[in-house]
Amino acid sequence: MSARQRTSVGLLVLLTLLVLLTWVGLGMGSAGWQSPWQVQTDGALRQIVWDIRAPRTLGAFLVGALLGLGGAVAQGLFRNPLAEPYLLGSSSGAGLCMGLMLTLGLPWAVSTGMWGRLGLTGAAFVGAVGGVSLTLMLARGAAHTMRLLLAGVVVGVVLGALTQLMMLWSAEAWRAMQTFMLGNTAMLGWPACALMATVLCLALPVALTLSRVLDALSLGEDTARTLGIPLGLTRGVLVGVLALSTAAAVAQAGLVAFVGLVAPHLVRPWAGARHASMLWSASLMGGVLLVAADVLARSLLAPQELPVGVLTAVMGGTYLLVLLHRRAA
Amino acid sequence: MGMKAWRGLAGLVCLVAGLAGPVMAGISITDDRGAKVSLPQAPQRIVSLLPSLTESVCALGACARLVATDRWSNWPESVKRLPKLGGLDDANIELIVTQRPDLVLLAPSSRLATRLRSLGLTVAELDAKDLSEVQRMLGKVAVLIGQPQAAAQRWQVMQAEIRDAQALVPAQVRGQRVYFEVSSTPYAAGESSFIGQLLQTLGARNVVPAALGPFPKLNPEFVVKAEPDLIMIAAGEVPDLVARPGWARMKAIKAGQVCALQTADYDVLSRPGPRLGQAATVLARCLARRDVPVPATAKGQP
Repeated sequence: MSARQRTSVGLLVLLTLLVLLTWVGLGMGSAGWQSPWQVQTDGALRQIVWDIRAPRTLGAFLVGALLGLGGAVAQGLFRNPLAEPYLLGSSSGAGLCMGLMLTLGLPWAVSTGMWGRLGLTGAAFVGAVGGVSLTLMLARGAAHTMRLLLAGVVVGVVLGALTQLMMLWSAEAWRAMQTFMLGNTAMLGWPACALMATVLCLALPVALTLSRVLDALSLGEDTARTLGIPLGLTRGVLVGVLALSTAAAVAQAGLVAFVGLVAPHLVRPWAGARHASMLWSASLMGGVLLVAADVLARSLLAPQELPVGVLTAVMGGTYLLVLLHRRAA
Repeated sequence: MGMKAWRGLAGLVCLVAGLAGPVMAGISITDDRGAKVSLPQAPQRIVSLLPSLTESVCALGACARLVATDRWSNWPESVKRLPKLGGLDDANIELIVTQRPDLVLLAPSSRLATRLRSLGLTVAELDAKDLSEVQRMLGKVAVLIGQPQAAAQRWQVMQAEIRDAQALVPAQVRGQRVYFEVSSTPYAAGESSFIGQLLQTLGARNVVPAALGPFPKLNPEFVVKAEPDLIMIAAGEVPDLVARPGWARMKAIKAGQVCALQTADYDVLSRPGPRLGQAATVLARCLARRDVPVPATAKGQP
C-alpha cells in the first residue's frame, strides 16, 4: 500500500468511527439507549436529542479536534513528540486567566451566553499565549527538548498554583471552577459549538497553509532557513494558531487532558511525514477520541456523569505508558 | 335559561375566578443573581438542586409538587424517594429536562443555571448565608410556589423554636467562647454566618470575629491561639483532634469541652433553611452539655 493509500484508508476508518460514535452519542442518554430515529414521533425526545445530545456530541468533537490540531502544530513546531498544549503551559495559562475572570466575578464571565463565551475565550487566549511565551522564554527557545519540557512543567505548576490560590479567595467561584478544571462536556450548547466551529475554521486553514513550514522545520532550522522561510513570522503565527485553538477548547470545556498529546501519536503511523495530512488526521482523531470519551463519560455510571477530563486522563495516561514500554522493549 | 342554569353558571364563574385569581396575577420575583423569574401560575413540577431549597419548598407546603432533587437532599423523609439528578456542578442536564419541571431551584454562580435557561426552563437562583437572608429566601420561595403567606408563618414557628432553644441554655454557660468548625481545612463559622448569629442569640460568643466573613478559611494557629471555651465539630473529627498540632495543649481539649455533632445534626446546622429552629436546639444542647467526651488519650498527653 502506498503512503497515500494508507492515509486514505486511515481517514476513512476514522470517519466511519465518527459516524458510528455520533449515532451512539445521539442515542445514549440518561435512560439508557434510545434510537435517535424515535425523535420523529417523540416530541420530548426531540428536544433532548436536538438541544442536549446533539450540541454536546458536536461540541465534544470540536473540543477534541481543536486540541488535536493544537497538539499536531505544537509537535511539529517544536520538533518534539511530547509537546502539547497541556505541557507547554498554554492550557494552564488559559485556566489562570479564566479563573481570574471568575474570581473577579464579572457577571458575564459565568454566563453561557455568546458574549460571556467570547469574553472567556478572549481571556483564555491571552492566557494561552502568555503561558506558551513564558515557557519558550524560560526554555530559551524550542531547540532543547528537555529544557522545553521542564520549562513547560514549571510554568504549568506555577500557573496552576496561582489559579488555585485565586479560587481559595472566592469560595463560590472555587466550587464552579473545580469541576471546570476537570474538563467537562456536559454543558456544551449550540453557542459553544458555533464559537468553536468558527475558531476551527480559522485555525485549520491557517495551519494547513503553513504545513510546508512545519515540513521544512522537521528537517532542522538551518534547512528551513536556507529554503527561504521567514521563521520568526511563521513561528509567531503558528504559536497563535496553537494558542487560539487551545483557548477556544479550554474556555468551553475546561482542561481536557492528553487529547492534544495522544491524537498526533495515534495518526503518525499512517498519516505520513507530511504535515498537511498530519494536521487533518490529528484533528479528526482528536475529535473521535473526545466523542468516544464523552459517550463513555455519560454511560459508565449512568445516570451519574463522570467529568470527561478524568476519562481522557486515564485513557491518555495508559496510552503513554504502553508507548513507553513498547519503546523500551 | 332556567334559574338552575343561571345559578350553575354563576357558580362556575365564581369557581373560575377563584382559580384564576392568583393565576392572572402571575408570579414574579427577582432572584439572587438579579434575574427576574416569572411564572404564569403556581409551579406543579418543581426540581430543587440544593438541600436548603428542597427543605424550604417542603416546609412551605409544596413537597408534593417536588418531582426530583439533587443527590444531597435528604429531608424530609419523602424526598429520599424522589429521583436524584446529581450535584450542583455535575447535574445530569438531560435528566432534569426529562422531568419536565416548570420551576428549577438552585444556588447562584452555577453554570448550570444559564444552560438550563437556554433550554427554555424557568430557573431561580437562591441562597442564604445569614438569618435575614434565610428569611428573605423563604419569602421568595413561598411567592414562587404560590403560597406567599406560608413564609411568615414558618418564620414565626422558627422564631418560637429559637426562643425555646434559648431557654435550654443554663445561665452559667452563657458568654462561652465557641469555635464552630465547618470543615477541617479549617473553615469556621464566623459571627456573621447564620450559625454565628444563632450562637449569639443563645448567649455564646464566637472566637471568629465578623470581620473575617461568614465562613472564613483560618490559619490553624488562629484556633490554637484563640483558646475557645468550647469546640463544636463533626463527630468524625473528634478522635483525631489531639493529633492536630498544638491542639493537645488547648484548654478546651484537656477539659473535654468538645461537642461532637452527628451527621443528622450537622445537616441541620449546615443548611440555611427552614430547620434553623432545630439548628438552634442542637446548638443549645451543645452549650448546655457535652454529649461526647474526648477520647482518653487526650487526657494523658502533656
